[in-house]
Amino acid sequence: MDLLRFITAGSVDDGKSTLIGRLLYDSKNILVDQLEALERSTKNKDNGEVDLALLTDGLRAEREQGITIDVAYRYFSTLKRKFIIADAPGHVQYTRNMITGASHAGLIIILIDARQGVVEQTRRHSIIASLLKIPHVVVAVNKMDLVDYCKDVYHKIVEEYKLVAAQLNLDNVAYIPISALKGDNIVEKSAHITWYEGVSLLNYLEEVKIENDINLKDARFQVQMVIRPQTNALHDYRGYAGTVLSGIYRVGDKVTVLPSGAQSTISKIETGGQEAVKVFAPQPAVIHLADNIDISRGDTIALSSSLPAIATEANVLLCWMDEKPLQQGNKYLLQHQSKRVRAVIKQVHFKIDVNTLAQQQVDEAIKLNEVAAASIKTAVPLVYDAYEKLKQNGNAILIDETSNSTVAAVLFR
Amino acid sequence: MSNYQLDYLEQLEAESIHIFREVAGQFEKPALLFSGGKDSITLVHLAMKAFAPAQFPFPLVHIDTGHNFPEALNFRDALARKIKATLIVREVEDTIQQRNLTEPKGKFPSRNWLQTYTLLDTIEEFQFDCCIGGARRDEEKARAKERIFSVRDEFGQWDPKLQRPELWNCFNGKIHKGENVRVFPISNWTELDIWNYIRKEKIELPSIYFAHDRDVIANDGQLVAVSHFIKPSASDTVVTKKVRYRTVGDMTCTAAVESNASTLDEVINEIIATRISERGETRIDDRVTEAAMEDRKKNGYF
Ligand SMILES: Nc1nc2c(ncn2[C@@H]2O[C@H](COP(=O)(O)OP(=O)(O)O)[C@@H](O)[C@H]2O)c(=O)[nH]1
Repeated sequence: MDLLRFITAGSVDDGKSTLIGRLLYDSKNILVDQLEALERSTKNKDNGEVDLALLTDGLRAEREQGITIDVAYRYFSTLKRKFIIADAPGHVQYTRNMITGASHAGLIIILIDARQGVVEQTRRHSIIASLLKIPHVVVAVNKMDLVDYCKDVYHKIVEEYKLVAAQLNLDNVAYIPISALKGDNIVEKSAHITWYEGVSLLNYLEEVKIENDINLKDARFQVQMVIRPQTNALHDYRGYAGTVLSGIYRVGDKVTVLPSGAQSTISKIETGGQEAVKVFAPQPAVIHLADNIDISRGDTIALSSSLPAIATEANVLLCWMDEKPLQQGNKYLLQHQSKRVRAVIKQVHFKIDVNTLAQQQVDEAIKLNEVAAASIKTAVPLVYDAYEKLKQNGNAILIDETSNSTVAAVLFR
Repeated sequence: MSNYQLDYLEQLEAESIHIFREVAGQFEKPALLFSGGKDSITLVHLAMKAFAPAQFPFPLVHIDTGHNFPEALNFRDALARKIKATLIVREVEDTIQQRNLTEPKGKFPSRNWLQTYTLLDTIEEFQFDCCIGGARRDEEKARAKERIFSVRDEFGQWDPKLQRPELWNCFNGKIHKGENVRVFPISNWTELDIWNYIRKEKIELPSIYFAHDRDVIANDGQLVAVSHFIKPSASDTVVTKKVRYRTVGDMTCTAAVESNASTLDEVINEIIATRISERGETRIDDRVTEAAMEDRKKNGYF
């Protein structure tokens, strides 16, 4: 059984909460007492129907305001897969939450209200999916019950979305007509939507091929810590602990340690305390090298056959996540996996309109929820890949040293 | 499954190990909050794997309410000895004395609230900058938005608005002096994942997780063990039942489940078959209000 993480996106009231509630409910992942709590809070309603959206609703403050304002994670599983849902709210302001949720996602469900078709937010969510290179997209055309399950309405929306997908180079797009409220095509195929030949949403989530989504060609490993027990029995033990970000490492492989450039050979690999002949992404590992090299936390061990970029200057996309705006010339800490370095934003080149992808001239600071292309300079060299090519080694965050907040998501270009 | 694919338990394990190593890399003085329950036992197992063959670089800290199951305490001591971990125990009882706190009253007096004081004192005593805990996001609605690295202010308080976005596998544990971070390496595990992992890794558990005979009273459909911490009323009848526990908390606020499951396989089968969630079945105090957990979190509870 494997694991699929996905995110749901849609405008407010497109039915995200209802859909997640429905997936949990129909796949029998809601437990009796949670259901009872749900029924208790639904009692005051007129129609007496269980409000599935309440299942996914979290903090009290938000409950009172009637909106979700943060990313919440939900869990369910079927016999085929375990699923982790990032439930990112659709509120106009919250690009930040969606990017956070999307950074973990192997798939995105984009909800479209059948009565409205592709709207500005659909475009925005799709642009974020393409910027963050989410490997699979499902366009779920919801509220089909409100358009009499009409085939033409659905097809018109599909055609409309295909233009968006083509413009954004989104591959692996699937389309499913659903009614989250009535349960059509969620777990079981709908009896109302006879003209639709594909599978139900849950079935699609269970079957979509995800094993090729990890890059196994370009091997990257960043050292989180050096393990040196320094006991009598393990006097000379020195292993580099980290997570394989991408690729495969085998005993005997020739590696380059970066940024120093020192070369060596893998002499031993351990994972979970056991020796292994190979490890692959995303396994944790302890790697031993044949030569004595000075290596510390944040250094990269790459297979010599394909090396990442090493530079103190980089072009990046910044997704701004803080109330305090970004100003050109500001200094931050950049954290790339486990490596933290000082960085300065040398120049902001242009803003990207997340609704149209158009490049806009920058005439003021970059604000919360805005995306900008910039060049940065770091105090010591960074070892990275372009996000497009290898996202596991192509992402970072910016930290404001005065508040310690995470202020931006960084994608290397 | 292909040669280069991890199953879901291996993926969860990989994520947790990554988190443990980030804790070691980012903090000066971390501690692992150990309760003796299955979640914290799983945490210890993961910590051992993350740092093998070295010892994990933090002590186990138990905030002892004084209402614990003796089986859990014995297990705790035996485990710490076996793996040669440092075990720090601080008693809620002592905090009550020192700070002149008022004990909760009632039939099932819960010291859950008071634990917070002892925890904060312990953090201060040892200057811990990070406390690793075994909370899971599937436990409760308010937990679903909890970060893996959750920043607390000097009063141990959690403010939903101040939480940092967590992107990719990049964890920002940077704090000001006096602040501290709660880290939850098994955030993404469900109860069933934990049980399946325990089975796969052959992790030992305290005996109370398996069916045994126990004197209990029935309280509003929940079975509560008879102990000198609770005050049965005249109308309560004590009965001996075959029970097991799904979670191990205080004897006053953890309910038992009637069960014949004496092996791990049997326990897992029962859990798959039950349609009642872990918290609803076993936590007596949680049913009081839906927002109970949320309030506790804001006040520095784990
Ligand atoms: N008729 C109909 N109503 C729906 C459907 N899905 C959601 N809704 C309703 O649309 C409203 C907004 O849904 P909700 O799930 O809260 O939207 P969210 O803001 O995207 O989370 C609620 O009143 C739902 O009952 C659907 O498939 N058909």
